[in-house]
Amino acid sequence: MAKNHITTTINGDEYEFLCDTEQTLLDCLRDELFMTGTKEGCASGDCGACNVMLDGQLVCSCLVLGVEADGKSVETIEGMAHGDKLHPLQQKFLELNGLQCGICTPGILIAAKALLDRNPDPTETEIRYWLAGNLCRCTGYDKVVRSVQAAAEEMRKG
Amino acid sequence: MDDLRYEAPGTLEAAVALLAGEKGEARVMAGGTDVLVLLHGDIIEPDLLVDIKNIPELNGITQENGGWRVGAATNCMDIVDHQEFSAAWPGVIDGVKLIGSIQVKGRASIGGNLANASPGADTVPAIMAAGATATVFGPKGQREVPVEDIAIAPGKTSLAKGEIIVSFFFPPRPPHSGGAYLRFTPRTEMDIAVVGVGIDLTLDDGGTCQAARVVLGAVAARALLVDEAAATLIGTAVDDDALANLAAAASAACRPIDDKRGTKEFRVKVAAVLARRTALIALQRAKQS
Ligand SMILES: Cc1cc2nc3c(=O)[nH]c(=O)nc-3n(C[C@@H](O)[C@@H](O)[C@H](O)COP(=O)(O)OP(=O)(O)OC[C@H]3O[C@@H](n4cnc5c(N)ncnc54)[C@H](O)[C@@H]3O)c2cc1C
Ligand code: FES
Ligand code: FES
Repeated sequence: MAKNHITTTINGDEYEFLCDTEQTLLDCLRDELFMTGTKEGCASGDCGACNVMLDGQLVCSCLVLGVEADGKSVETIEGMAHGDKLHPLQQKFLELNGLQCGICTPGILIAAKALLDRNPDPTETEIRYWLAGNLCRCTGYDKVVRSVQAAAEEMRKG
Repeated sequence: MDDLRYEAPGTLEAAVALLAGEKGEARVMAGGTDVLVLLHGDIIEPDLLVDIKNIPELNGITQENGGWRVGAATNCMDIVDHQEFSAAWPGVIDGVKLIGSIQVKGRASIGGNLANASPGADTVPAIMAAGATATVFGPKGQREVPVEDIAIAPGKTSLAKGEIIVSFFFPPRPPHSGGAYLRFTPRTEMDIAVVGVGIDLTLDDGGTCQAARVVLGAVAARALLVDEAAATLIGTAVDDDALANLAAAASAACRPIDDKRGTKEFRVKVAAVLARRTALIALQRAKQS
């Protein structure tokens, strides 16, 4: 049977792709559009490595079908920096060693940005709860939390 | 392998026609947090997925006749973020907040949590304790069903082929009403209930319990509405004696299994402890409302 023809907006630009119904949005981003910034950790909603924004909602792209993105707006890690200028979250993760291997990092950055967009001044507890669905096997969560706090502070200064 | 097809109809009638007309296996999909895990694990092999999220009646939270109507596909983040509904039904919010992570809650719905029919589903005891009814639409039209009559066994519901849960109605709340849901899990986040308890109660002006509903999750093949446990609270000030009776009644009602999460004995004991703690939170909230 014919593949599904999908038109979607990713990081503000319109994209078209073909996919099978079974393919997740994560598969489509990586294998059809070659946007490999979004990572796969578990493919079952447990780890958060695949986090993207879908119509303004933080989701696991491994638990979204590619066909569901038709007519929707997707934000991925590729849209976070402006040219060479990193987002404050990216900058602080670099400065404060909020990552080691980096597999979990795109998902954590997307999730952390979603938090700061709705709450510019979260407590440490709020950050830890918000990021409970983002697993990191190497850094340990402390530096991640510190990086988010530092970025939040910087962003509040404007 | 046959190709899996996907439809996202915009009306209830269209969705039901697709589901009822499918020759192969059709599956309803809301947030997909269960369906897609099952699909990609090859546990289900549907021919057609009917995505019901675009149907207006399945989305949103509105006031109705002094109560609240919540679309069955409304995602859990939208429910948690709704301040008025959260204030009216804090026990339901306790359950909704426990589903997965933020990113899972951004997709997961209470309709799906109920229809997935897992005995450990976290929103189900709270919604049953709230006395909510489900509006169900299918090939034979619409019917109103008490929530406790929908999930009947692990993975099995009483819904007929082609039937969809459209919304839940939470009835008007008398003054001095409060609810709570607590679960026991080895980890605080991202885990599945070993025991869950939902309690809702209403006090009179003097602080005597007039009405109560007590629901146990994860201790039987489905969540149990335990009238004997509710009866231990009604007519009392929910004092120590009443709480001791509640705890005993909760333990007595359990029909649990042994599994890797907990033994039968452990579940029976924890049900008593949690019932008591849940009742105290519900009582506190009832006094404040
Ligand atoms: C990482 C992770 C962690 C989780 N943690 C928890 C947890 O702690 N506690 C918990 O209770 N759950 C947990 N869940 C499961 C929870 O997300 C689901 O049960 C969810 O609530 C189902 O809603 P959905 O909209 O995603 O349903 P779907 O996956 O779309 O559907 C679930 C089932 O219900 C049917 N269905 C859906 N909507 C309707 C409807 N309106 N009418 C009729 N049938 C319908 C579908 O056909 C399917 O059989 C977790 C899931 C994940 C992936
Ligand atoms: S890959 Fe999606 S949550 Fe792990
Ligand atoms: S940096 Fe390696 S998993 Fe997080």
